[in-house]
Amino acid sequence: MQAEFATAVQAVVGARGSVVAGVDGLSLSLEASVWPEVAVALRDAPGCALGQLVDLCGVDFATFGAGEWPVDVADVGFGRGVVEKDLIQDPLPPLRGDSPLAGGASLSPSQGERFGPVSGGASGDLEGRFAVVYHLLSLALNVRLRVRVGCALVDGLPTVGSVVGVWPCANWYEREAFDLFGIVFTGHPDLRRILTDYGFVGHPLRKDFPLSGHVEVRYDPQARRVVYVPVTVAPRVLVPRVVR
Amino acid sequence: MPEIRSYTMNFGPQHPSAHGVLRLVLEMEGEVVVRADPHIGLLHRGTEKLAESKPYNQSIGYMDRLDYVSMLSNEHGYVRALEALAGLAVPERAQYIRVLFDEITRILNHLLWIGAHALDIGAMSMFLYAFREREDLMDCYEAVSGARLHASYYRPGGVYRDLPDQMPQYQPSRWTSEKQAKQRNAAREGSLLDFIEDFTQRFPGCVDEYETLLTDNRIWKQRTVGIGVVSPERAVALGFSGPMLRGSGVAWDLRRTQPYAAYAALDFEIPVGQQGDCYDRYLVRVAEMRESNRIMRQCVDWLRAHPGPVLAQAPGLTPPDRETMKTDMEAMINHFKLFSEGYCLPEGEVYTAVEHPKGEFGVYLLSDGANKPYRLKIRAPGFPHLAALDEMARGHLLADVVAIIGTQDIVFGEIDR
Repeated sequence: MQAEFATAVQAVVGARGSVVAGVDGLSLSLEASVWPEVAVALRDAPGCALGQLVDLCGVDFATFGAGEWPVDVADVGFGRGVVEKDLIQDPLPPLRGDSPLAGGASLSPSQGERFGPVSGGASGDLEGRFAVVYHLLSLALNVRLRVRVGCALVDGLPTVGSVVGVWPCANWYEREAFDLFGIVFTGHPDLRRILTDYGFVGHPLRKDFPLSGHVEVRYDPQARRVVYVPVTVAPRVLVPRVVR
Repeated sequence: MPEIRSYTMNFGPQHPSAHGVLRLVLEMEGEVVVRADPHIGLLHRGTEKLAESKPYNQSIGYMDRLDYVSMLSNEHGYVRALEALAGLAVPERAQYIRVLFDEITRILNHLLWIGAHALDIGAMSMFLYAFREREDLMDCYEAVSGARLHASYYRPGGVYRDLPDQMPQYQPSRWTSEKQAKQRNAAREGSLLDFIEDFTQRFPGCVDEYETLLTDNRIWKQRTVGIGVVSPERAVALGFSGPMLRGSGVAWDLRRTQPYAAYAALDFEIPVGQQGDCYDRYLVRVAEMRESNRIMRQCVDWLRAHPGPVLAQAPGLTPPDRETMKTDMEAMINHFKLFSEGYCLPEGEVYTAVEHPKGEFGVYLLSDGANKPYRLKIRAPGFPHLAALDEMARGHLLADVVAIIGTQDIVFGEIDR
């Protein structure tokens, strides 16, 4: 069953991507330029029949494989309560070349450029940083497929074609990915923020967004209203992130 | 002819029928809904962002707080993702304990749903009946984990500890006389399994009571039959799962189609509806409570006959037992590393799903080889359901919107995350 399904998916995708078997089933990596057409084919081809979009997930690969504490040297310690290192501002170990994720369709730009400062929003820094992961399910064949689509950069914004026309439930999922990552879905009928506050600035699940956020809210008795003030929580790391 | 003006109305976020904090902007024409725009996120706590900042095991407690009426089912989805990525095998007894508690959780969830749904529609007494049985099930939670709601009981590799031999008992106090305490303790003299067995014998009678109140109730049927109809094709396209999908007549249940834990060895039916309206979804959930009860009874029988370990022995991933830790230095080191740094999972990605009381609860875990998740995405079943509220509510009356929210079994902890 699984083998037949893999063949059918590969036939649909052709040379645009290759099906890989993972721990939990089949995965597929694609470029943004082919995405909405392949989605229609995956849904309609009789051997695939992927009628349900189960999940849609944005991913920011900016600090992939980076640790906060080098584990191969013995003379560097890690103190608790330190100011959180800005992983993106600091030079980081490059993504390991043997990583299966580094080999993805558009996820392996020149690695030197990859971890430059992001704050300027220069288009080169966002190149290949974002991807959207779709989890598809066929109720007829009882199979699942994961599709990862690397975002293209259009006008300096990570962009993917919308699949609302293919699977209607993508509507809210795409709004969520837009809200949390700033990924733009072209052709989406109503791309608004969904989870964050009215008037929220920034995209909280990006790796350069601090855990404690930028602003906090409190009631100001003088002004007699709720005010937004810069956050007073000191950022700190309790358990360092290590890669072993 | 009088002119009917259309207007926009705010429903919630503080409204007893909004099931938490749903702000619904309704465009009305007279009393008919033209468009419904749910505004969510008022309970957004950034669970996915928080999980990225702490070792894997420390996020188990956050899973309870997603859908806060089906706590252990959420945990099951998360620990299964960790186990899949770590390649960790779970002892069979732990699998049965998980199934037992998943089904307890399903009944807990459906009881809250039936109580709240009926209350929304105007049947006050249902809520009181439902909470009577919920109390017993929360005592089961308390007996294994010490907590009545946020249990944090599952661990990658099994469960935290084996089932207790004693049930907590009521003590006589200023508010509970000696006689009352004795009466309440009647079913609590034996072990937890005795208590659950007693419950499974009582519970079908309780479901009959609920059905007496609702199933043939004229008002109940007027409020639910033909309301919020979803066709099977549309239900699939809209991303429905669980009772919402089965109410439309699609016999899809992950416990049967993609079995996990011990479900493959258990005997149960999958109830499906025919019309896809609120009444059918009510019938499906009531039938599910009866099936859960059957599964619980089978688990009790199996667990009585098969003692054994409940947590896999995997140095670095699960804690060593206390005895070994005090005599073996390796075990001590493993224990220290596990509870300070945690464990690193191999680089890779995995998606695991469980049949949560509300539908498919999925966890997508992306690891870069670190001791914290690189990206954790929680696929909450209620999210696509609420997204379809607009389509389900169009053309219905304002009062029916309340019935539709109720039938979707919305909990904001999981939708907003």
